[in-house]
Amino acid sequence: MRAFHTFLLGLMAVLGTVTTAIAQEAQTLDQMVNEKFAEFTGPFVSLIFSPLPYSKALLGYDFPWIVLWLVVAATIFTVYFALVQVRFFGHSIALVSGKYSDPNDAGEVSHFQALTTALSGTVGLGNIAGVAVAIGIGGPGATFWMILAGLLGMASKFTECTLGVKYRNEYPDGTVSGGPMYYMSKGFKEKGLPGGGILAVLFSIFCILGALGGGNMFQANQAHAQIAGITGDYPGWITGIVFAAVVFAVIVGGIKSIANVTEKVVPFMGVLYVGAAVVILILNADKIGWAFGQIFEGAFTGLGVAGGFVGALIQGFKRAAFSNEAGVGSAAIAHSAVRTKEPITEGFVSLLEPLIDTVIICTMTALVIIITGQLISDPETGLYIVGESGSINTVGDVSGVALTSAAFGASISWFPYVLAIAVILFAFSTMISWSYYGLKAWTYLFGEGKTKELIFKLIFCVFIVIGAAANLGPVIDFSDAAIFAMAVVNIFALYFLMGIVKDELASYSARLKSGEIKRYEH
Amino acid sequence: MTTKLVVGLDGHESGKRAMAHAVKLAKLIGECEVLAVYVIEWSPYSFQTAEENAQRHKRREEETGLAKSRIIEPALAELKQAGLSARGIVKHGDVADTINRIAKEEGAEQIVVCRSSEGGIASRIFGSSTSNLVMGASVPVTVVS
Repeated sequence: MRAFHTFLLGLMAVLGTVTTAIAQEAQTLDQMVNEKFAEFTGPFVSLIFSPLPYSKALLGYDFPWIVLWLVVAATIFTVYFALVQVRFFGHSIALVSGKYSDPNDAGEVSHFQALTTALSGTVGLGNIAGVAVAIGIGGPGATFWMILAGLLGMASKFTECTLGVKYRNEYPDGTVSGGPMYYMSKGFKEKGLPGGGILAVLFSIFCILGALGGGNMFQANQAHAQIAGITGDYPGWITGIVFAAVVFAVIVGGIKSIANVTEKVVPFMGVLYVGAAVVILILNADKIGWAFGQIFEGAFTGLGVAGGFVGALIQGFKRAAFSNEAGVGSAAIAHSAVRTKEPITEGFVSLLEPLIDTVIICTMTALVIIITGQLISDPETGLYIVGESGSINTVGDVSGVALTSAAFGASISWFPYVLAIAVILFAFSTMISWSYYGLKAWTYLFGEGKTKELIFKLIFCVFIVIGAAANLGPVIDFSDAAIFAMAVVNIFALYFLMGIVKDELASYSARLKSGEIKRYEH
Repeated sequence: MTTKLVVGLDGHESGKRAMAHAVKLAKLIGECEVLAVYVIEWSPYSFQTAEENAQRHKRREEETGLAKSRIIEPALAELKQAGLSARGIVKHGDVADTINRIAKEEGAEQIVVCRSSEGGIASRIFGSSTSNLVMGASVPVTVVS
């Protein structure tokens, strides 16, 4: 018996050593992935986020040119289409609710389905973790700029999605492929402009990188952070492999049931999330006025955050763009599946996305973080206390998704568990959406075909593992850089093609007024 | 004037019973056209992935084709054999709403359907297609058990 005990103890000791060795090995693997990744992506990230010349001298702070690029574009589209997001807001709602849908077209993709599909690609971690990052660095004032960017971004989305439907490819078998690469090549050709093909190739390359970055690695990374926050720390590649296996089952194995379940649960989670936020706001109704005060004051003074009001502005604009993807071109891929006789109707529908994503959902997250007092300020000066990292000190010394989780948990103790499930599901549905966007860019470059598609899908799954294993810093930088690189090419093309959208808008409004475009009785 | 009868098919035995009754009625009426209708249940408010959306048109055509060859064509053959004038219609949408709309558009005198073949909790809560049709139809409905 004693011998058996000695054997058992010995066995346990050996097992213990092996496990520790594996764990250490895993940690080193994580570190290695992380270092290599940061080294590889560094130059690309620096280029996208390089500051405007003289911005430091003039403003006192570095101002990334890409942020200006996005905001200027959204403003130009808003002015050029004479506040289309306000003028056609009611019409957009009527379109989504099917009031203008011909019953004989039933069975085709509806406006509602196109909108929810595109939203499932954008509503996700950007709204939960991204906003927390923005508020953590830029303070409550970032919310103001985020909302403004969301409202302006509605016009960018309108422009790109109208073009997406207008210039999509329809194949003889009835399937469709659309997106910026198609309107770049076909639209430029139609207008007799050179370079459309080159832009399309560039866009496709960046779209693949964006799909692997923001649409994949950032999601995997934050999903791992969320799970590790509950179960205790463990190597990221383990989460990565599990996620990769499930995504593989859906996109390669064609196991639709997993995707179907997610597609049905995700909208429910979205409603639950906003519902919980509303409950917290009602519970703290007395502080809502104060919170908006902080948002407005912070927007123009910064309230002590790093970079002052410019810091708040940059964070707000950056996060809005990352969250609602207006001007990025991804939504144009999602919306192009609708078979409508009027491409512009898809533009109207899509302009609701930044409103739902940024103006409603992101603002809810921001308000909950502010109202529950997660950000630490100096009681005497009222200014926020900024730590060494440049972020505002928070109650639990947390950032990203953990900050949002702490904020919801402060009012509804069990909500972090629901949030954890929501984060994982959001991450998953965003990955599925982006795997499609990336695939469309991939097939644009390399042609359609089973083997070619399989190669991309496999690469996509490998990046899930890398994303889960790497640190947040390099992943978030690369994700932002890749998605913004898409916007560089896309917006450039939109400037040349926006005249086409204006003609469509003029023709459609005239026919809407004359009664030629009519409502259907259902 | 030709009287039109709409008969709702469901691809099951019960649909055949509805059709047998429609044939009987049509013969009694005399100058009558039977419209054999099959509705593929579809909601514009469901959630789909981007890939499903891209494939949707193709799937819709396939679904319509299958319904025509498996349900409508055999039904039409049967109706013609009975010496009746007949047409087949396949649509996507809510079953009750679509059958009612077709009846209205075609100026049909009557709708003949079978008692619902659906069951379970969903139909208890939301009502079956047949009961919804009976509640909302704009022309008389005959329900065959």
